[in-house]
Amino acid sequence: MGSLVHAIGEKRMSNGQSGAEQRLVTPGEALGSSSGLRNGSGVIEKEGQFYSTKFGYLHSLNQTISVTPTHSSYTPQSGDFIIGYVVEARSNLWFLQINGPFQGLLPMSLAPWKVEFGESRKHLDIGDAVFARVQEVDESHNVVLTMKGVGLRKIGEGAIESMPAHLIETFLGKQNANIIKLRDATNARIIATDNGRIWFDGDVDAMRNVREFISTFKQCIHKEELQSLIDKL
Amino acid sequence: MGGYGDVQLLRDDGKRLDGRAVDEMRPVSIEVGVLPAAQGSAMITHGLNVAVAAVYGPMEAHPRKIQRQDRAVIDVRYNMAPFSTSDRIRPGFNRRSQEISKVTAEALESVVLVELYPRSKIRVEIEILAAEAGTRCAGITAATAALADAGIPMRDLMIGVASGKIEDTVVLDLDKAEDNYGQADLPAGILPNTGEIAFLQMDGDLSPDEFNLAMEYNFKAAKEIHDIMVDALKQNQTRGDA
Repeated sequence: MGSLVHAIGEKRMSNGQSGAEQRLVTPGEALGSSSGLRNGSGVIEKEGQFYSTKFGYLHSLNQTISVTPTHSSYTPQSGDFIIGYVVEARSNLWFLQINGPFQGLLPMSLAPWKVEFGESRKHLDIGDAVFARVQEVDESHNVVLTMKGVGLRKIGEGAIESMPAHLIETFLGKQNANIIKLRDATNARIIATDNGRIWFDGDVDAMRNVREFISTFKQCIHKEELQSLIDKL
Repeated sequence: MGGYGDVQLLRDDGKRLDGRAVDEMRPVSIEVGVLPAAQGSAMITHGLNVAVAAVYGPMEAHPRKIQRQDRAVIDVRYNMAPFSTSDRIRPGFNRRSQEISKVTAEALESVVLVELYPRSKIRVEIEILAAEAGTRCAGITAATAALADAGIPMRDLMIGVASGKIEDTVVLDLDKAEDNYGQADLPAGILPNTGEIAFLQMDGDLSPDEFNLAMEYNFKAAKEIHDIMVDALKQNQTRGDA
Protein backbone atom coordinates (compact mmCIF):
# COMPACT_ATOMS: atom_id res chain seq x y z
CA MET A 1 0.00 0.00 0.00
CA GLY A 2 2.90 2.29 0.82
CA SER A 3 4.20 2.08 -2.73
CA LEU A 4 0.72 2.83 -4.05
CA VAL A 5 0.56 6.01 -2.00
CA HIS A 6 3.94 6.98 -3.25
CA ALA A 7 3.05 6.35 -6.86
CA ILE A 8 -0.08 8.43 -6.66
CA GLY A 9 1.81 11.20 -4.93
CA GLU A 10 4.42 11.27 -7.66
CA LYS A 11 1.74 11.55 -10.30
CA ARG A 12 0.27 14.53 -8.54
CA MET A 13 3.66 16.20 -8.37
CA SER A 14 3.78 16.03 -12.13
CA ASN A 15 0.86 18.46 -12.08
CA GLY A 16 -1.65 15.85 -13.04
CA GLN A 17 -0.27 15.26 -16.52
CA SER A 18 -1.04 12.19 -18.61
CA GLY A 19 -4.38 11.66 -16.90
CA ALA A 20 -2.95 11.12 -13.42
CA GLU A 21 -5.73 10.78 -10.91
CA GLN A 22 -5.49 12.62 -7.62
CA ARG A 23 -6.56 10.56 -4.64
CA LEU A 24 -9.15 12.16 -2.38
CA VAL A 25 -8.89 10.95 1.19
CA THR A 26 -11.08 11.48 4.25
CA PRO A 27 -10.20 11.76 7.95
CA GLY A 28 -9.34 8.40 9.48
CA GLU A 29 -8.60 6.75 6.13
CA ALA A 30 -5.64 4.38 6.14
CA LEU A 31 -2.96 5.52 3.71
CA GLY A 32 -0.63 2.58 3.93
CA SER A 33 2.56 1.55 5.64
CA SER A 34 4.81 4.28 7.01
CA SER A 35 8.06 2.43 6.46
CA GLY A 36 10.72 4.66 4.97
CA LEU A 37 8.34 7.60 4.70
CA ARG A 38 7.64 10.67 6.82
CA ASN A 39 4.24 12.10 7.66
CA GLY A 40 3.60 15.70 6.68
CA SER A 41 0.65 17.99 7.18
CA GLY A 42 -2.73 16.25 7.44
CA VAL A 43 -1.23 12.81 8.13
CA ILE A 44 -0.65 11.00 11.43
CA GLU A 45 1.27 7.81 12.08
CA LYS A 46 -0.13 5.09 14.30
CA GLU A 47 1.37 1.63 14.73
CA GLY A 48 3.37 1.75 11.53
CA GLN A 49 0.47 3.01 9.45
CA PHE A 50 -0.33 6.43 8.05
CA TYR A 51 -3.83 7.84 8.50
CA SER A 52 -5.29 10.97 6.99
CA THR A 53 -6.62 13.63 9.35
CA LYS A 54 -8.05 15.93 6.72
CA PHE A 55 -10.38 15.69 3.78
CA GLY A 56 -8.24 16.50 0.78
CA TYR A 57 -5.79 15.34 -1.84
CA LEU A 58 -2.96 13.02 -0.99
CA HIS A 59 0.48 13.84 -2.25
CA SER A 60 4.06 13.01 -1.65
CA LEU A 61 7.27 15.01 -1.88
CA ASN A 62 10.76 13.98 -0.74
CA GLN A 63 9.47 10.82 0.99
CA THR A 64 6.92 12.89 2.90
CA ILE A 65 3.25 12.02 2.61
CA SER A 66 0.79 14.83 3.24
CA VAL A 67 -2.82 15.74 2.61
CA THR A 68 -3.75 19.13 1.19
CA PRO A 69 -7.25 19.97 2.40
CA THR A 70 -9.81 20.90 -0.24
CA HIS A 71 -11.08 23.76 1.91
CA SER A 72 -9.32 25.46 4.73
CA SER A 73 -9.11 28.85 6.32
CA TYR A 74 -5.95 30.88 5.87
CA THR A 75 -3.17 29.69 8.14
CA PRO A 76 -0.38 32.27 8.36
CA GLN A 77 3.12 31.05 7.63
CA SER A 78 6.39 32.85 7.93
CA GLY A 79 7.14 34.77 4.73
CA ASP A 80 3.52 35.06 3.52
CA PHE A 81 2.66 38.24 1.64
CA ILE A 82 -0.69 39.49 2.91
CA ILE A 83 -3.14 42.38 3.00
CA GLY A 84 -4.22 43.29 6.51
CA TYR A 85 -6.70 45.77 7.97
CA VAL A 86 -5.80 47.72 11.08
CA VAL A 87 -8.27 46.89 13.84
CA GLU A 88 -6.45 48.30 16.84
CA ALA A 89 -3.72 50.88 17.31
CA ARG A 90 -1.74 50.97 20.57
CA SER A 91 1.04 53.35 21.54
CA ASN A 92 3.78 51.23 20.03
CA LEU A 93 2.07 48.62 17.85
CA TRP A 94 -0.89 47.84 15.63
CA PHE A 95 -3.16 44.81 15.45
CA LEU A 96 -4.19 43.76 11.96
CA GLN A 97 -7.00 41.53 10.81
CA ILE A 98 -5.29 39.15 8.36
CA ASN A 99 -8.15 36.77 7.51
CA GLY A 100 -6.65 34.11 9.79
CA PRO A 101 -7.66 32.68 13.14
CA PHE A 102 -5.63 35.30 14.99
CA GLN A 103 -4.86 38.95 14.51
CA GLY A 104 -1.42 39.90 13.29
CA LEU A 105 0.78 42.16 15.38
CA LEU A 106 2.78 44.89 13.68
CA PRO A 107 5.28 46.43 16.09
CA MET A 108 6.46 50.00 15.62
CA SER A 109 10.01 48.73 15.03
CA LEU A 110 8.89 46.77 11.95
CA ALA A 111 6.95 49.67 10.39
CA PRO A 112 8.60 51.53 7.49
CA TRP A 113 8.32 54.89 9.25
CA LYS A 114 10.01 56.43 12.24
CA VAL A 115 7.16 56.42 14.70
CA GLU A 116 7.25 58.30 17.99
CA PHE A 117 5.82 56.46 21.00
CA GLY A 118 2.09 57.25 21.21
CA GLU A 119 1.83 58.51 17.66
CA SER A 120 1.02 55.24 15.92
CA ARG A 121 -2.33 56.52 14.71
CA LYS A 122 -0.68 59.27 12.70
CA HIS A 123 0.72 56.62 10.37
CA LEU A 124 -1.87 53.86 10.45
CA ASP A 125 -5.36 54.31 11.78
CA ILE A 126 -8.14 51.83 12.36
CA GLY A 127 -9.60 50.61 9.05
CA ASP A 128 -6.44 51.28 7.03
CA ALA A 129 -5.26 48.49 4.74
CA VAL A 130 -1.62 47.57 4.27
CA PHE A 131 0.57 45.19 2.32
CA ALA A 132 2.66 43.31 4.87
CA ARG A 133 4.66 40.16 5.23
CA VAL A 134 4.44 37.55 8.00
CA GLN A 135 7.71 37.80 9.90
CA GLU A 136 7.13 35.03 12.41
CA VAL A 137 4.45 32.65 13.70
CA ASP A 138 5.15 31.07 17.08
CA GLU A 139 3.77 27.84 18.52
CA SER A 140 0.85 29.61 20.20
CA HIS A 141 -0.15 31.16 16.88
CA ASN A 142 1.07 34.68 17.62
CA VAL A 143 1.64 36.32 14.25
CA VAL A 144 4.24 39.07 13.93
CA LEU A 145 4.07 41.15 10.76
CA THR A 146 6.59 43.40 9.09
CA MET A 147 6.22 46.25 6.65
CA LYS A 148 9.94 46.51 6.01
CA GLY A 149 10.59 45.20 2.52
CA VAL A 150 9.98 45.84 -1.13
CA GLY A 151 6.34 46.48 -2.01
CA LEU A 152 5.16 46.62 1.60
CA ARG A 153 3.18 49.79 2.15
CA LYS A 154 -0.02 51.37 3.27
CA ILE A 155 -2.77 51.02 0.64
CA GLY A 156 -4.12 54.42 -0.31
CA GLU A 157 -5.86 53.71 -3.61
CA GLY A 158 -7.64 50.97 -5.53
CA ALA A 159 -10.01 48.35 -4.16
CA ILE A 160 -9.69 45.06 -2.30
CA GLU A 161 -11.72 41.91 -2.93
CA SER A 162 -11.58 38.67 -0.98
CA MET A 163 -11.81 35.02 -1.90
CA PRO A 164 -11.12 31.77 -0.02
CA ALA A 165 -7.36 31.59 0.50
CA HIS A 166 -7.09 28.11 -1.04
CA LEU A 167 -8.32 29.51 -4.39
CA ILE A 168 -5.50 32.04 -4.70
CA GLU A 169 -3.12 29.53 -6.27
CA THR A 170 -5.68 28.75 -8.99
CA PHE A 171 -6.40 32.45 -9.41
CA LEU A 172 -2.72 33.16 -10.04
CA GLY A 173 -2.29 30.23 -12.44
CA LYS A 174 0.92 28.48 -13.37
CA GLN A 175 3.76 31.00 -13.08
CA ASN A 176 1.12 33.72 -12.61
CA ALA A 177 -0.27 33.07 -16.11
CA ASN A 178 -3.88 33.84 -15.20
CA ILE A 179 -3.18 37.07 -13.39
CA ILE A 180 -0.91 38.28 -16.21
CA LYS A 181 -3.72 37.57 -18.70
CA LEU A 182 -6.17 39.44 -16.49
CA ARG A 183 -3.81 42.39 -16.17
CA ASP A 184 -3.29 42.58 -19.94
CA ALA A 185 -6.99 42.21 -20.69
CA THR A 186 -8.22 44.81 -18.23
CA ASN A 187 -5.26 47.16 -18.04
CA ALA A 188 -5.53 47.15 -14.25
CA ARG A 189 -2.83 46.74 -11.64
CA ILE A 190 -3.57 43.59 -9.66
CA ILE A 191 -1.85 42.06 -6.64
CA ALA A 192 -3.10 38.78 -5.14
CA THR A 193 -1.91 37.94 -1.64
CA ASP A 194 -1.54 34.67 0.25
CA ASN A 195 -4.36 35.42 2.67
CA GLY A 196 -7.03 35.46 -0.05
CA ARG A 197 -7.19 39.19 -0.65
CA ILE A 198 -6.72 40.81 -4.02
CA TRP A 199 -5.87 44.45 -4.53
CA PHE A 200 -6.52 46.10 -7.89
CA ASP A 201 -6.44 49.61 -9.29
CA GLY A 202 -7.10 51.24 -12.63
CA ASP A 203 -9.73 53.29 -14.43
CA VAL A 204 -13.44 52.77 -13.85
CA ASP A 205 -13.86 50.15 -16.60
CA ALA A 206 -10.77 48.23 -15.53
CA MET A 207 -11.95 48.15 -11.93
CA ARG A 208 -15.40 46.95 -12.95
CA ASN A 209 -13.99 44.23 -15.20
CA VAL A 210 -11.63 42.91 -12.55
CA ARG A 211 -14.37 42.93 -9.95
CA GLU A 212 -16.68 41.04 -12.32
CA PHE A 213 -13.95 38.51 -13.10
CA ILE A 214 -13.25 37.86 -9.42
CA SER A 215 -16.93 37.49 -8.65
CA THR A 216 -17.43 35.03 -11.54
CA PHE A 217 -14.23 33.18 -10.61
CA LYS A 218 -15.52 32.58 -7.10
CA GLN A 219 -18.73 31.10 -8.50
CA CYS A 220 -17.02 28.84 -11.05
CA ILE A 221 -17.60 25.33 -9.90
CA HIS A 222 -16.38 23.36 -12.86
CA LYS A 223 -12.87 23.18 -14.19
CA GLU A 224 -14.14 23.67 -17.74
CA GLU A 225 -16.09 26.80 -16.75
CA LEU A 226 -13.01 28.21 -15.12
CA GLN A 227 -10.83 27.48 -18.11
CA SER A 228 -13.32 29.10 -20.50
CA LEU A 229 -13.52 32.12 -18.19
CA ILE A 230 -9.75 32.52 -18.36
CA ASP A 231 -9.66 31.85 -22.10
CA LYS A 232 -12.21 34.61 -22.66
CA LEU A 233 -9.77 37.20 -21.33
CA MET B 1 -39.14 6.37 26.88
CA GLY B 2 -42.77 7.01 27.56
CA GLY B 3 -43.22 3.62 29.13
CA TYR B 4 -46.70 2.93 27.81
CA GLY B 5 -46.56 -0.84 27.75
CA ASP B 6 -49.78 -1.34 25.82
CA VAL B 7 -48.58 0.29 22.57
CA GLN B 8 -47.81 -2.29 19.91
CA LEU B 9 -44.56 -1.42 18.13
CA LEU B 10 -43.79 -4.74 16.44
CA ARG B 11 -46.04 -6.36 13.87
CA ASP B 12 -46.96 -10.03 13.97
CA ASP B 13 -44.46 -10.76 11.18
CA GLY B 14 -41.65 -9.45 13.41
CA LYS B 15 -41.21 -6.22 11.45
CA ARG B 16 -41.64 -2.75 12.85
CA LEU B 17 -44.63 -0.46 12.25
CA ASP B 18 -42.93 1.29 9.32
CA GLY B 19 -42.02 -2.07 7.75
CA ARG B 20 -38.34 -2.06 8.70
CA ALA B 21 -36.55 -5.12 9.99
CA VAL B 22 -35.17 -4.88 13.53
CA ASP B 23 -31.63 -4.20 12.25
CA GLU B 24 -32.67 -1.83 9.47
CA MET B 25 -31.87 1.85 9.44
CA ARG B 26 -34.07 4.65 8.15
CA PRO B 27 -32.93 6.08 4.78
CA VAL B 28 -30.00 8.48 5.14
CA SER B 29 -28.71 11.08 2.71
CA ILE B 30 -25.98 13.66 3.24
CA GLU B 31 -25.18 16.79 1.29
CA VAL B 32 -22.00 18.76 1.89
CA GLY B 33 -21.24 22.43 1.24
CA VAL B 34 -24.82 23.66 1.51
CA LEU B 35 -24.07 27.04 3.14
CA PRO B 36 -21.76 29.30 1.13
CA ALA B 37 -20.99 31.66 4.02
CA ALA B 38 -19.73 28.94 6.35
CA GLN B 39 -16.22 27.51 6.37
CA GLY B 40 -17.80 24.08 6.09
CA SER B 41 -21.39 22.89 6.11
CA ALA B 42 -23.52 19.81 5.67
CA MET B 43 -27.13 18.73 5.68
CA ILE B 44 -28.30 15.28 6.69
CA THR B 45 -31.68 13.71 6.11
CA HIS B 46 -32.09 10.73 8.41
CA GLY B 47 -35.59 9.34 8.10
CA LEU B 48 -37.76 12.37 8.69
CA ASN B 49 -35.00 14.22 10.56
CA VAL B 50 -33.34 17.09 8.75
CA ALA B 51 -30.27 18.67 10.34
CA VAL B 52 -27.97 21.37 9.01
CA ALA B 53 -24.54 22.02 10.51
CA ALA B 54 -22.20 24.93 9.86
CA VAL B 55 -18.59 25.28 10.98
CA TYR B 56 -16.76 28.58 11.47
CA GLY B 57 -13.12 28.92 12.42
CA PRO B 58 -10.68 28.15 13.86
CA MET B 59 -10.83 31.69 15.21
CA GLU B 60 -9.48 33.47 18.26
CA ALA B 61 -11.46 32.28 21.28
CA HIS B 62 -13.53 35.03 22.86
CA PRO B 63 -14.11 35.83 25.66
CA ARG B 64 -10.47 35.21 26.59
CA LYS B 65 -11.38 33.28 29.72
CA ILE B 66 -12.49 30.34 27.55
CA GLN B 67 -9.11 30.16 25.79
CA ARG B 68 -6.92 27.13 26.41
CA GLN B 69 -3.20 27.71 25.93
CA ASP B 70 -2.60 24.21 24.62
CA ARG B 71 -5.65 23.49 22.48
CA ALA B 72 -8.73 24.77 20.75
CA VAL B 73 -12.18 24.76 22.31
CA ILE B 74 -15.18 23.59 20.35
CA ASP B 75 -18.25 25.71 20.81
CA VAL B 76 -21.34 23.77 19.76
CA ARG B 77 -24.78 25.29 19.57
CA TYR B 78 -27.53 22.73 18.95
CA ASN B 79 -30.94 24.20 18.29
CA MET B 80 -34.28 22.86 17.18
CA ALA B 81 -36.22 25.17 14.89
CA PRO B 82 -39.65 26.13 16.22
CA PHE B 83 -41.25 24.45 13.19
CA SER B 84 -39.24 21.22 13.50
CA THR B 85 -41.98 19.32 15.31
CA SER B 86 -45.74 19.21 15.00
CA ASP B 87 -46.09 21.12 18.30
CA ARG B 88 -44.31 24.45 17.94
CA ILE B 89 -41.15 24.67 20.07
CA ARG B 90 -40.49 27.87 21.97
CA PRO B 91 -37.46 29.43 20.22
CA GLY B 92 -34.15 29.71 22.01
CA PHE B 93 -31.90 27.69 24.27
CA ASN B 94 -33.44 25.28 26.75
CA ARG B 95 -32.08 22.64 29.11
CA ARG B 96 -32.26 19.90 26.49
CA SER B 97 -30.43 21.86 23.81
CA GLN B 98 -27.81 22.92 26.37
CA GLU B 99 -27.21 19.30 27.32
CA ILE B 100 -26.96 18.14 23.72
CA SER B 101 -24.65 21.04 22.83
CA LYS B 102 -22.38 20.10 25.73
CA VAL B 103 -22.18 16.37 25.01
CA THR B 104 -21.70 17.00 21.29
CA ALA B 105 -18.86 19.45 21.98
CA GLU B 106 -17.18 16.95 24.30
CA ALA B 107 -17.52 14.18 21.72
CA LEU B 108 -16.13 16.37 18.94
CA GLU B 109 -13.20 17.51 21.11
CA SER B 110 -12.07 13.90 21.36
CA VAL B 111 -12.11 13.52 17.58
CA VAL B 112 -10.82 16.87 16.32
CA LEU B 113 -7.06 17.43 16.68
CA VAL B 114 -7.67 20.39 18.97
CA GLU B 115 -4.02 20.53 20.06
CA LEU B 116 -3.12 21.97 16.65
CA TYR B 117 -5.01 25.18 17.35
CA PRO B 118 -4.04 26.58 20.75
CA ARG B 119 -6.08 29.54 22.04
CA SER B 120 -8.61 29.06 19.23
CA LYS B 121 -12.28 28.33 19.00
CA ILE B 122 -14.08 26.25 16.42
CA ARG B 123 -17.74 27.20 16.27
CA VAL B 124 -20.20 24.48 15.26
CA GLU B 125 -23.84 25.41 14.71
CA ILE B 126 -26.37 22.59 14.45
CA GLU B 127 -29.89 23.47 13.43
CA ILE B 128 -32.58 20.82 13.44
CA LEU B 129 -35.09 21.72 10.75
CA ALA B 130 -37.29 18.64 11.14
CA ALA B 131 -37.33 16.23 14.07
CA GLU B 132 -38.45 12.63 14.32
CA ALA B 133 -36.36 10.99 17.08
CA GLY B 134 -32.59 10.74 16.84
CA THR B 135 -31.84 14.43 16.28
CA ARG B 136 -28.70 14.42 18.45
CA CYS B 137 -27.26 11.63 16.31
CA ALA B 138 -28.24 13.40 13.09
CA GLY B 139 -26.66 16.59 14.50
CA ILE B 140 -23.39 14.82 15.33
CA THR B 141 -23.17 13.28 11.87
CA ALA B 142 -23.93 16.61 10.18
CA ALA B 143 -21.37 18.39 12.38
CA THR B 144 -18.69 15.84 11.48
CA ALA B 145 -19.36 16.21 7.74
CA ALA B 146 -19.25 20.01 8.11
CA LEU B 147 -15.94 19.82 10.02
CA ALA B 148 -14.43 17.63 7.29
CA ASP B 149 -15.73 20.06 4.67
CA ALA B 150 -14.09 22.93 6.56
CA GLY B 151 -10.70 21.18 6.43
CA ILE B 152 -10.50 20.75 10.20
CA PRO B 153 -8.12 17.87 11.08
CA MET B 154 -9.78 14.90 12.76
CA ARG B 155 -8.71 11.41 13.83
CA ASP B 156 -11.74 9.90 12.12
CA LEU B 157 -15.24 10.76 10.95
CA MET B 158 -17.62 10.43 13.89
CA ILE B 159 -21.03 8.99 13.10
CA GLY B 160 -24.05 9.42 15.35
CA VAL B 161 -26.33 6.37 15.51
CA ALA B 162 -28.83 4.95 17.99
CA SER B 163 -30.32 1.60 18.85
CA GLY B 164 -32.92 0.80 21.44
CA LYS B 165 -35.35 -1.70 22.83
CA ILE B 166 -39.02 -2.06 22.02
CA GLU B 167 -41.25 -4.89 23.23
CA ASP B 168 -38.17 -6.62 24.69
CA THR B 169 -36.54 -6.62 21.26
CA VAL B 170 -33.37 -4.70 20.40
CA VAL B 171 -33.86 -2.59 17.29
CA LEU B 172 -31.70 -0.23 15.29
CA ASP B 173 -32.51 3.44 14.74
CA LEU B 174 -35.69 4.22 16.68
CA ASP B 175 -38.38 6.29 15.02
CA LYS B 176 -40.67 8.65 16.89
CA ALA B 177 -43.21 6.11 18.17
CA GLU B 178 -40.45 3.68 19.18
CA ASP B 179 -38.59 6.48 20.96
CA ASN B 180 -41.70 7.61 22.81
CA TYR B 181 -43.10 4.23 23.77
CA GLY B 182 -40.00 2.00 23.71
CA GLN B 183 -38.07 0.64 26.67
CA ALA B 184 -34.53 1.91 26.00
CA ASP B 185 -32.51 4.17 23.74
CA LEU B 186 -28.74 3.93 23.19
CA PRO B 187 -27.32 6.79 21.10
CA ALA B 188 -23.61 6.59 20.31
CA GLY B 189 -20.92 8.53 18.44
CA ILE B 190 -18.82 5.94 16.65
CA LEU B 191 -15.50 6.26 14.83
CA PRO B 192 -15.89 3.53 12.19
CA ASN B 193 -12.25 3.37 11.07
CA THR B 194 -10.72 3.08 14.52
CA GLY B 195 -13.67 1.27 16.10
CA GLU B 196 -13.72 3.73 19.02
CA ILE B 197 -16.71 5.24 20.76
CA ALA B 198 -16.55 9.00 21.35
CA PHE B 199 -20.00 9.45 22.77
CA LEU B 200 -22.43 7.12 24.50
CA GLN B 201 -25.66 7.71 26.36
CA MET B 202 -28.35 5.35 27.56
CA ASP B 203 -31.95 6.04 28.42
CA GLY B 204 -33.83 3.08 29.91
CA ASP B 205 -32.48 -0.34 30.82
CA LEU B 206 -30.64 -2.92 28.74
CA SER B 207 -29.18 -6.24 29.87
CA PRO B 208 -25.48 -6.84 28.99
CA ASP B 209 -26.51 -9.07 26.06
CA GLU B 210 -29.00 -6.51 24.81
CA PHE B 211 -26.39 -3.77 25.18
CA ASN B 212 -23.88 -5.78 23.12
CA LEU B 213 -26.45 -6.44 20.42
CA ALA B 214 -27.47 -2.77 20.36
CA MET B 215 -23.82 -1.72 19.98
CA GLU B 216 -23.36 -4.30 17.23
CA TYR B 217 -26.28 -2.68 15.38
CA ASN B 218 -24.81 0.76 16.04
CA PHE B 219 -21.43 -0.20 14.57
CA LYS B 220 -23.09 -1.73 11.52
CA ALA B 221 -25.17 1.42 10.93
CA ALA B 222 -22.16 3.68 11.55
CA LYS B 223 -20.24 1.93 8.78
CA GLU B 224 -23.17 2.40 6.38
CA ILE B 225 -23.52 6.11 7.22
CA HIS B 226 -19.74 6.53 7.03
CA ASP B 227 -19.79 5.28 3.42
CA ILE B 228 -22.63 7.68 2.61
CA MET B 229 -20.68 10.58 4.18
CA VAL B 230 -17.48 9.75 2.30
CA ASP B 231 -19.45 9.60 -0.96
CA ALA B 232 -21.10 12.96 -0.19
CA LEU B 233 -17.75 14.62 0.58
CA LYS B 234 -16.11 13.26 -2.55
CA GLN B 235 -19.09 14.07 -4.73
CA ASN B 236 -19.16 17.65 -3.51
CA GLN B 237 -15.45 18.01 -4.16
CA THR B 238 -15.64 16.54 -7.66
CA ARG B 239 -18.49 18.95 -8.42
CA GLY B 240 -16.64 21.90 -6.93
CA ASP B 241 -13.13 21.13 -8.17
CA ALA B 242 -11.66 24.26 -9.65
